[in-house]
Amino acid sequence: MHSSRESLSSVPFKNMSNPPFCGAWIVMFLIAILGSCLVAQGEIRFPPPEFESGYTFPQTTSPAAQPVIREYIDAAVLIGGLLLASYLILKRRSRRAVFALMIGSLLYFGFLRDGCICPIGAIQNVTLTVFDSSYAIPIAAAIFFVVPLVFTLFHGRVFCGAICPLGAIQDAVLIRPVAVPRGLESGLRLIAYTYFGAAVLFAATGSAFVICRYDPFVGFFRLGGNWNILVIGASLLLIGLFVGRPYCRFLCPYGVILRQLSRLSKRRVTITPNECIQCRLCENACPFGAIREPTGDWPEGEYRIAKRRLALFLVLLPILIAGGVWGGYTLRNQLARVHPRVRTAERIYLEEAGKVQGTTNVSDAFRATGQTTDLLYEDATKIRTRFGLGGALLGGFVGLMAGGKLIALSVRRRRTEYEADAASCFACGRCYKFCPKEHERLTKSREAVAGHA
Amino acid sequence: MTDKQESMNRRKFLREGLWGACLAGAGTAAGLSVAKSNSDNTVWQIDPYKCIACGNCATYCVLEDSAVKCVQAYAMCGYCDLCTAYLVPEPKALDTGAENELCPTGAIKRTYVEDPYYEYTIDESLCNGCGKCVKGCMVFGNGSLFLQVRHDRCKNCNECAIAAACPSQAFKRVPADQPYLLKGTDQKP
Repeated sequence: MHSSRESLSSVPFKNMSNPPFCGAWIVMFLIAILGSCLVAQGEIRFPPPEFESGYTFPQTTSPAAQPVIREYIDAAVLIGGLLLASYLILKRRSRRAVFALMIGSLLYFGFLRDGCICPIGAIQNVTLTVFDSSYAIPIAAAIFFVVPLVFTLFHGRVFCGAICPLGAIQDAVLIRPVAVPRGLESGLRLIAYTYFGAAVLFAATGSAFVICRYDPFVGFFRLGGNWNILVIGASLLLIGLFVGRPYCRFLCPYGVILRQLSRLSKRRVTITPNECIQCRLCENACPFGAIREPTGDWPEGEYRIAKRRLALFLVLLPILIAGGVWGGYTLRNQLARVHPRVRTAERIYLEEAGKVQGTTNVSDAFRATGQTTDLLYEDATKIRTRFGLGGALLGGFVGLMAGGKLIALSVRRRRTEYEADAASCFACGRCYKFCPKEHERLTKSREAVAGHA
Repeated sequence: MTDKQESMNRRKFLREGLWGACLAGAGTAAGLSVAKSNSDNTVWQIDPYKCIACGNCATYCVLEDSAVKCVQAYAMCGYCDLCTAYLVPEPKALDTGAENELCPTGAIKRTYVEDPYYEYTIDESLCNGCGKCVKGCMVFGNGSLFLQVRHDRCKNCNECAIAAACPSQAFKRVPADQPYLLKGTDQKP
């Protein structure tokens, strides 16, 4: 501590070319040296003057933080928005109204509230709450995490379709949807599962909130930010012109949870208001590939091949899980490097061992704390051990999901009508107007209204 | 027919059970969170005794104009004529000439109080939070200048981008009703 301050003190005196101030600087230097020897950092080297002119100290200003009520207002807007979304999607069945609500939500949660707090990021707060006993979760984060889950259990993914600002910004730019083959879609979705697992791992170990760090659209909401992230966000929006909602489908970690809950939901989007007449008009209506056509049993010839393929994938599943566990465990040291404590330990180790020259801000700051390197290395080892278990679990989870996807792609569910896939449907309401039965319903209700009048 | 109905019933039972379990899970998550949550919200703040004025605050904030600004604890200031936070190491003169100022944005205002004392005030609209003056004051002076997150600007991100880049882990969450860690008013740790 002292030595670093003295070395800093000497910097201004390298080229003393200004005689009038030499004296002053030397006095300063002496006082600084004296000060650093006698008093600890932050204590007074130059006693504050006794003013004779009646000067009074100005007050250091401290503008207040946002009132807590603001967060409760956000939570109320979220709940109100979800209720309205459920009504508009399931009862009114109006895409136009859903779109208006979506834009409203984009303006409020996105541009007005700067995209923070959001349920996607709240995954990490909840995870940290579970794993770190000293962490106190902001109550708004807890509400934002749970409320959309509950709504999904009742009404399907109404949050994705109408409220999520990240979904909304992508939905708004979708102009020419291109179909993604189902196998490719499933494969790409593995990225989302991996991202979800990694986000939970890094949050649980207290390393980083990666979802927030790599939120691709928050920069647009704030009209500025990290250049790399802005480029990623812009590319996602560019892709989003043709591939509907790429973040939601292939990356969103919250979507991973909502997909599973949506499978169980009490009510959800049905393309037809009453019965499917199998007219096939809605077949290509969904830009997100969430409409499933009616299927019967396997055709005679394909059945045997399909059965064999399924058996193969069932055998492959434990192999994939084992491979994932091994891969995740192998990567533990790389994963652990996300934790700042481990990075500090690695830097200090290199410096102490003489493998690198010079110090960094990080190593200087560590030495200034006066902690021993042994304690630092011990912490780093503990964190690495935790990453060993966490990495193995993450790898196993990804393997399980990969195997599960292969199995899901090789079984056939019998379906008698066109329906929206429970997991993939974002509840945007685009398919309604493709159904002739829907037009019939609208005409009837319009007539009923006219008859009333 | 009965077989089919039975299997349908079983499937329905499973579904309902799973649905209930999920709802209970969400409820548990909510309950646990509420039990552990802080009813007063927290905000980000810099511990001025840990800060090493590395300059990351000026560049890592998600805002174009960083939410971190320099703050003056007047009661600690020495009101020196030769202020090492205000002047470059070898000033041509002890005055307000731009060539003598250490601050890259000219955000420090120097005003004469009485002989030989000068008051130094930060113009927050100009300050970019680089901490050059903080370092100057910390190393040679009283350390009355320090960096603070200004909450009229801070977006209170879930993960503060500067905190993630802070080499000395000086950032921490503090209660929103006491959102500053001001020098000179608190007990030194």
